[in-house]
Amino acid sequence: MNHYLRSMTATEQVGAMFLFVFGCLAIAGIAVFLLSIRDQPSTPDGDNRRILLARADGVLRSSWVMAIVFWIGWLAGDTTATVLFGLVSFFALREFLTLSPTRRGDHRSLVLAFFVVLPLQYVLVGTEHFDLFTVFIPVYVFLAIPVVSALANDPQRFLERNAKLQWGIMVCIYGMSHVPALLLLDFPEFRDKNAFLVIYLVLVVQTCMVAQFFATRRLRRAPAAPAISASFNWPSWWVGVGSGSLLGGLLAGITPFSPGQAFAMAFVACVAGSLGHLVMKAIKRDRGIPIWGAQGASVTGTGGLLDRVDALCFAAPVFFHSVRWYFQL
Amino acid sequence: MLAKLMGLFLLGLIRVLTGAQARWIGCPPKAEQRIYFANHQSHADLVLIWAALPRDLRSLTRPIAARDYWTSSRFRQWITTEVFNAVYVSRERTANEDPLEPLIEALDKGDSIILFPEGTRGHAEEPQAFKAGLYNLALRFPQVVLVPTWINNVQRVMPKGEVVPVPVLCSVSFGAPVHLASGEERRAFLDRARGAVIALRDI
Repeated sequence: MNHYLRSMTATEQVGAMFLFVFGCLAIAGIAVFLLSIRDQPSTPDGDNRRILLARADGVLRSSWVMAIVFWIGWLAGDTTATVLFGLVSFFALREFLTLSPTRRGDHRSLVLAFFVVLPLQYVLVGTEHFDLFTVFIPVYVFLAIPVVSALANDPQRFLERNAKLQWGIMVCIYGMSHVPALLLLDFPEFRDKNAFLVIYLVLVVQTCMVAQFFATRRLRRAPAAPAISASFNWPSWWVGVGSGSLLGGLLAGITPFSPGQAFAMAFVACVAGSLGHLVMKAIKRDRGIPIWGAQGASVTGTGGLLDRVDALCFAAPVFFHSVRWYFQL
Repeated sequence: MLAKLMGLFLLGLIRVLTGAQARWIGCPPKAEQRIYFANHQSHADLVLIWAALPRDLRSLTRPIAARDYWTSSRFRQWITTEVFNAVYVSRERTANEDPLEPLIEALDKGDSIILFPEGTRGHAEEPQAFKAGLYNLALRFPQVVLVPTWINNVQRVMPKGEVVPVPVLCSVSFGAPVHLASGEERRAFLDRARGAVIALRDI
């Protein structure tokens, strides 16, 4: 089996990996479907199970969408993948800013963020200007946004408004843009297989989040910061990070890393992703909302896009820069 | 043909920028003759309600547009007539013309209309006091259902005086219909209608 996989070309290997991912999703989907047609008693326990199933269904759906997006991105080449992630950035930033009130004076800064900063950042990624792309937002945009806001002549809550906008740009544009940047990293002896690196990152971070979710339900420990998150606690966090890192180590075969390196890189990504998710929870608490997304959508229980990708937004830049630094790329 | 393409383009644009989510809170979307009356903060209001309505209702519902602004250039006139099928009203009152005449004509034909009873775009938190037009129409067409409508967030998409829209999620909430009680005073009815619109803000 292993020998057969190694004898395939890079393209065939990536294709096989997608088949594998789609297969897993299909099996999980069938399992959830079978569980959902089973009659649940109308006790609190049964209600809990129903809610859990509904949530699992939501996670599965977004996983399908993500997997298909990745697949299309891989089929159509790096440029399309970059554009796709640009769109994800756009919709995530739209959600973030909807729930962070801005004033009329911020209008020009918002136009700048959406229609200048976002496309430029992705152009820099697509054209592999890595040196500029890592400093473009933290250095140049950091100054440009408040300048435009100041010229709008509105001092009320100036720092707060700008901080929100800067945060939105950092998380939704800067963080997200590091995912397609992984596709363009130039590893020696790893040509045409960078799609594996993206899948590796996503799988590792998602596994960490899911494992943490289930560990929280099983362990029932006291939360570490109850005012921020009713579920976050250190033992479950270790379980999540441990599972993610372990999976990372096992997946070393699809990456340019040795198993030890793969474990360490996965560890770094999991720590960044899960703690980033906690930070986004704190922001949501500050805004007084349970989930991102349109107001009113919360009634139907569907989460926003940002809820699904926030861990990735924090994990991607840390992972990208760790890899680049360690391998001197 | 061109108008249809423009309509599709605007629909796509408004969905990408705002999501144009409709929340039918007090009444279902239904093909009966209605007057949707809403708060008015931006030119995009008109497009947003239009986009939030289901496709079948969209063709039966005509927005109201201020004649002086929307006929001042050929493009504006084309887009309001051909794409939105708008009804024009004059904002200045002339001696021997009833400004409601075009609305009455449209309602007589059986169309539904979208009305902004404040008359002009406001930029305060709460809508300004409603003008008498809504009362007069309610008096004249008792069979038409009056649906209060709250447009959320649009002022952030395109504030007065800006030209480039910014993406922010918006929603349009439709409340329970308001009825004119027999013998109800004009001011009392208008305040009640305004209250019904504002009440939708916090749901």
